[in-house]
Formats: sequence, C-alpha cells, structure tokens
Amino acid sequence: MKENIQEFNLENGLKILLTEVHTAPIISHWVWYRVGSRYEQPGFTGISHWVEHMQFKGTPTFPAGVLDKAISRDGGMWNAFTHLDWTTFFETVPAEKVDLAIALEADRMVNSYFDPEEVESERTVVISEREGSENEPLFKLDEAVQSAAFNKHPYKNEVIGSMADLQSITRADLYGHYRKYYNPANAVVAVAGDFESEKMLEKLTAAYAHLTGSPIAAPGNGREVARQSERLIDVHGPGETTYLQLAYPAPSAREEDFFAFTILDSLLTGPSSLNMFGGGSISNKTSRLYRRLLEKEIAVSVNGSLQATFDPYLYNITVTISPEHNAQTVLEQVDAEIEMLLRNQVSQAEVDRAAKQARALFVYGSENITNQGFWLGYSEMFDEYSWFTMYTEKLARVTPSDIHTVLERYLTRDQRVVGIYHPDGGQA
Amino acid sequence: MSTQPSRIHSVPGPDDIFRKTLPNGIVLLVRSNFNSASVVISGYLAVGSQFDPPEKLGLAHYTSRGLMRGTARSSFQEIFDRLESAGASFGYGASVHTTSFGGRALAEDLPLLFSTLAESLIEPVFPADQVNRLKSQMLTSLAIRGQSTQDVAAIEFDSLLFPNHPYGRPEDGYIETINAISRNDLVNFHRDHYFPNGMTMVVVGAVHPQQVFDLTDRYFSHWQKPAPPAEPQHAAIKPLERAVVKHIVVPGKSQSDLVMGTLGPKRKAPEYLAASLGNSILGQFGLMGRIGDSVREKAGLAYYASTSLNAWKESGSWEVSAGINPDNVKRATALITSELRRFTSELVSEEELTDNQNNYIGRMPLSLESNGGVANSILNLERFDLGLDYLQRYPSLIRAVTREQVLEAARLHIDPDKLAIVSAGPDGKVK
Repeated sequence: MKENIQEFNLENGLKILLTEVHTAPIISHWVWYRVGSRYEQPGFTGISHWVEHMQFKGTPTFPAGVLDKAISRDGGMWNAFTHLDWTTFFETVPAEKVDLAIALEADRMVNSYFDPEEVESERTVVISEREGSENEPLFKLDEAVQSAAFNKHPYKNEVIGSMADLQSITRADLYGHYRKYYNPANAVVAVAGDFESEKMLEKLTAAYAHLTGSPIAAPGNGREVARQSERLIDVHGPGETTYLQLAYPAPSAREEDFFAFTILDSLLTGPSSLNMFGGGSISNKTSRLYRRLLEKEIAVSVNGSLQATFDPYLYNITVTISPEHNAQTVLEQVDAEIEMLLRNQVSQAEVDRAAKQARALFVYGSENITNQGFWLGYSEMFDEYSWFTMYTEKLARVTPSDIHTVLERYLTRDQRVVGIYHPDGGQA
Repeated sequence: MSTQPSRIHSVPGPDDIFRKTLPNGIVLLVRSNFNSASVVISGYLAVGSQFDPPEKLGLAHYTSRGLMRGTARSSFQEIFDRLESAGASFGYGASVHTTSFGGRALAEDLPLLFSTLAESLIEPVFPADQVNRLKSQMLTSLAIRGQSTQDVAAIEFDSLLFPNHPYGRPEDGYIETINAISRNDLVNFHRDHYFPNGMTMVVVGAVHPQQVFDLTDRYFSHWQKPAPPAEPQHAAIKPLERAVVKHIVVPGKSQSDLVMGTLGPKRKAPEYLAASLGNSILGQFGLMGRIGDSVREKAGLAYYASTSLNAWKESGSWEVSAGINPDNVKRATALITSELRRFTSELVSEEELTDNQNNYIGRMPLSLESNGGVANSILNLERFDLGLDYLQRYPSLIRAVTREQVLEAARLHIDPDKLAIVSAGPDGKVK
C-alpha cells in the first residue's frame, strides 16, 4: 500500500491523501477533522459528537432533506463518526458520482446552518442515543471506569457526553465549536478507489482550495501522572450477569510500545483488526485468557481493547462472568496469567503467530475500498499515514523481550482501575 | 485464467459462477476473484429450528454451536489452534430452515477451511465437558438477551405475528428449553438431520474452480446418507385480525424499544421487489426514509427509527423499529401509524421511486466488492432459485417496478388498523 499513496498539501493547510484502487468502479471519499472528545472542556462534553450530527442538517446549497437523499440517490453509502481524537465523514459512491461527494463535504465544511429549531430537535435525538446506550450494562460500567481512570484528561469522558451537558449546551456553543475546528487547516481529505490521481487532485483543489484555513493548536493534555494505587469501582444495575472491566494505562499509538502492546493484547485476548468495514474477525479461543477463564468455566466471554490514540489511553479487558463465579475469582486468574507471562517469556513463535493474524486481517480488510479510505486518514489523526503503512511490518519486528517490557511497564495492579457491574437480579 | 489483480468488469453470472452437484446431493458454486489474496466459504444445510421439539427449542442452534467443540480427529483446542494460527475463521449458526456455515482464510489455507468443515460436519463427537460449557455460555447469553429491550420487543413481536409457527419462536430457545437439552439430544439431532442432500456451498476468492472441485471431492464425496426427512408441516400463517398492543417491562432501563408491523411477503412472492423498494422509501432511504424523517428528523423522538422487510421461505415480516424515550412511545407510535396509513393509501412519488431504484442499482458494486459479499449474493441465488443470471437481470427487474405495484404490495401486507405493536422498557405505562 505504501508505494501507492500520494500526499499533497494545499496552501490553506488541507492535507490530501490519495490511493488508486482499480478493482471495482467505486470511490471512497473521507474528510477527517482533528476534533473529538479530547478537545472538549468540562461542561461541554459531547459537543463534538453533536456537531457531527448537525452536519447532516443542511446548508444553503444542500438543505436538510436534500443532503441525505443526494448520496443515497446515486447508490452511495455515507456516514460519520466521532471518537476520542477525531471526527470523520465519508461517502463511498460509484466512481462516476464522486463529484457530488466532494461538493457536499467541501460545502458543509463551512456552510452548515445550525438552525436553532434543528439544534433543539437534535438535542433530543442525541439524548435518545445516550439513553439507548444507558440500557446496556457495559456502557454504564465503561463510563464509570473511564471516568475513574483519568484525573483531568478529557479522555475521562464518554464521546457522547454527559446528560447534564447535553441538556445545557447551546446553539452558540455548537456553532462556535464547528467554526473553530471545521476548516481546511484542521482537516485531512483521504480518497481511495477507481480514479486517476492527477484528475482527482484537480477536483479536490477546485472544491477545497478557496476555503480559508486557520491552524488549531493541539490541546496539549499529554500523559496523565501515573496512578499509584489500584482503584475499585462498583456499578449496580438491572440484570443477572456480572461483568468485570480492567483498565490499564496504555501507550499512545505514537510510541513504539504500542506495537508490542498490540501483540500482547493478541496473546491475552485474541487478535483485533483495524478494519472498520467488513473483513471479519478471527476468534480468540486459543488466547491465554480465553483458555484460562473459559475453559475453567469461570467466565463466558473475554475481550481486550487497545485503541490507537494521540495521547496515552487505556487497555481494557472486559469479562462476562459465569453465574457460578465472582469477579474476585476472575481477577485472581487474570493476575495469575499476567504473572505467568512475566515469569516465562513468550516464545518468538507465539509472537510470529500474532503478527501473521494481523497480516491476515489486513488482507481481508483490503477487499473493501471503504476500509482503504478509512485507513488512509485514520492514522493521520494521531500520527501520520506512514504509521499505517508500516503497521504490519512493525508488528513483525516485535520481540519477546519487547512484550516483557510492556508487561512490566503497563500491566501492573497499582496502575489499574477495576470495575465490577453488580446485577440486581433483574430488579430496578 | 489470469492470477493478476484486475478490475471486475461484470457482476457475477452464469459465465463466471461454476456450479456442480455432487452425487451425494451437495451443490457447489465457485467464483474466482484474484484481486484479493483471501478466500471465503459460505453455505448451509437444510436443517434448522423448525425441527426442534417445542420443549427443546434451541436444539438446532445448540447442535450447530457444538459441531466444532471436538471431532473424531481433533479436540476443540486443536481445531481452533489450526484456524487461529493461520489467521483464519470458521463458524456455524442455525435459523428456522437452515444451519449455515462460513469461514475465511488466506487463499493458501483453503484446504484448512475444507478439512475444518468436513470433520466438524461429518464427525463431531460433542464431548460432554464441551457441551456443558457451551450450555453455560448459551444460558448467560439468554440472560443477557432478557435484559435487552430490543431483543425482548423483537421476540414478542415475532410471537404475536407467527403464533404456533417456528418463525414466532427464537432459534436460540429459552432458558428452560436449553436446560432441557442433553448431550444425547445433540448427538441424535446431528445423526437424524444432518445430510449432504440439501447442502449448498459457495467458495469465492483467489482460487481456480478446479482446485475447489478437487477439494470437495476429497473431503465430501465419501459422505453418504439416505434421503433426509421431509420438512415438518406447520400451522398456517394468517394476518392479525385486530391490532395488538403490548408493553413488556424491563426494569431499570432508560429507553424503550418499539417494534411494530405486520406480515410481509415471502422471498419468492411476485411482489417481493415492489415491497422491498417500498420498504426502502418507507424507512431506509437517506436517513431512514419517511419514518426516519418523521420520527427522528422532524419530531426528534428517536436516535433510530427505521423499517425492515424480512422475507423468508414461507412468509415474512414487515416491521418498524425505534428506540424511544419511555414518555414518547405513544407519540412515536402515532407518527409511525400515520406514515403507514399514508403509505397504504397514496402512490409513492415518481421521484421517490426513481431515487430508490437508482439507489438499489447504484449500490450493487458496493455489495459485490468483497469476497464475502459475492458469496452471500450467490448463496441467495441458489437458496431462492433466482437463477445464476439474477444479478445481471437485477437492474432491469428493479427498473420495471411501478408506483402502482409498490402501493399494491403495501396494501396487500400492511393494514394500519391491524398492527402488532410491542414496546419493551422501564415501566408498564405506555404514555
């Protein structure tokens, strides 16, 4: 993939990344903004996600009701996502229809209405989205654990924001956030698919070059001071199932440790992929924690989550506990496995196996042009696109000794947050 | 045949889908795609929850999940060690009529997918410890399902629409029916209901058809069994005679989930495509169609409010789903009912129909860009007897649908005064 990527920088600060893929008559066009929950201040949590919603509410050129039909009419797929470090919008369309996608994104980068009535209507939609999440025990647990895992860093907040902030954020707040962060100097346009790069660059330049860019300083939150003692969080709620979530500090994606940590996650809880659109997954039934927890029938599922982020975030292990067992038993087993990994260095063969799994997932994801567009811009939000092109190569370079270093540095009890969801047996 | 990456110039059709029936009845379909280094295998057997005894509902599902828990040749760990070491995946699941299987691997590991499929399908041993472990996992999944307002509402909706029919019963059973199933039940169910006759398998990816035919002969030609049992007869499916409104209390939740609708066409019904386009206009196109526009965009009542048309072998369901604040369930129900009245009393506009026809045709390349997408499409051609040229005929079939046909399909299936309306959420009062 590396040799196929071309980079261009417009004078207004917009970075453009292009990769030609001629296997199907499809183009995936993405616009990435450096704004997400990491950029949010207390009292305004969830504002980035809400602004993303408002971007579907129309501009003078593409009024609400026109915008949403324009892409679908051409057989395209489109959506948007807000995360910790970024907000992104994409359209995957038949190749001959890409002009519309470009025109639409260039337009709503600066011309969205933020009509006051639409703001109020969308307030209840976002609140409804949050209420839907609150129905899930794992959301409640994750929100509590994430909040406890950071002192000041905005990573402590869920991307959707707190209910109190969703009720108090105003139209002026939203519009100010939009005008500040949505501009070419704070954005990356990434396009993958069936086009000629020279012509695509002409189209993108015509659409975006006249927009005014104003660079945004990164928030500069950095790394939080390391936790000195374990913190226990208890969450109570409806249901019959007990969940355990362990949150350990993790390196940022920009640190070399991230790649060894990715292999470690694969060994502990199974392989994860960077594929967002298809490509499937690989089961985790031979991972160390599956074998220890599920084969002893202490738990019914175990998952790990390591996210590629700008600042150091968290490594989460989430366990669904068997009704006959409790969180303490699971905790002891997880600790025993980590102890064993520390005492007995993993073999190179085990590391190589995890690297092969990552390569296979990469191949599966490559079948999908939308994935290829996603990959292009994604790593620019926390590093640069070479992060992605070097991803499998860097995983292949990880050694057993690197794994040991990461284990000692991050997977320690005194740095972690232990969250337990206690079911009340189905009662409110 | 070239092995160099190339552009896919045509949608799959009789010229590049290779079909073969083995003497034991297995139907095999293959399409090469050398644009990706991967290969996908996907298929089904003619066994599903319609064979479950009511007191052991979930047996077909449980059996399918047990196939890979140990075979005459390999233990559970050996099976998954081989798959996961190769970066491959494979698994089973059951629905009402079929037990499906699917897997993915790098192309050089296709023999691994075949050997995994063959030994788990033909020689499973259902080790007692693994069967018990699986049961415990399934019971926990059912306990979690019982706390999901979405699942609770959907299950009740199906049971109202399809009383005394397998479509009205969850394939993964209930806690008491799973508890009633023993290891012997799994062994017997596999013996009595798993047959090569009725099995269909699709392989798509960086392989030549002959390689796949050779592997199929090697792994499956020896699997011989007499003809499978006839499909059971079920109670007739009839439309509701009156509206049914039900709320199920799931304590401690923030949001209610609403599912409402009626019976829909079966997949082979002549009006299926008209109903499908109508469904898209009603609750999918753009930001969830007319219903999304009314309930989410204009009234701000829900994060999601959309429709689905589920078309199966004998019948189907046409349903609207929405996640709603408990205080707004009644208001949302009224808005949705009002849209259904409009949908069944007025022609859709020419613009709406054209937009949706363009969407259906325009999105074909997207649905066919991955090996998995192609495999699923081919599997549907076979399952519903659509013909290998169906995808090539598809644009003209879509263009031929008229506004009158959409209205006719809507009226045939939807009576806004006889809807099943189910909500599940925090209290018993639907406001």
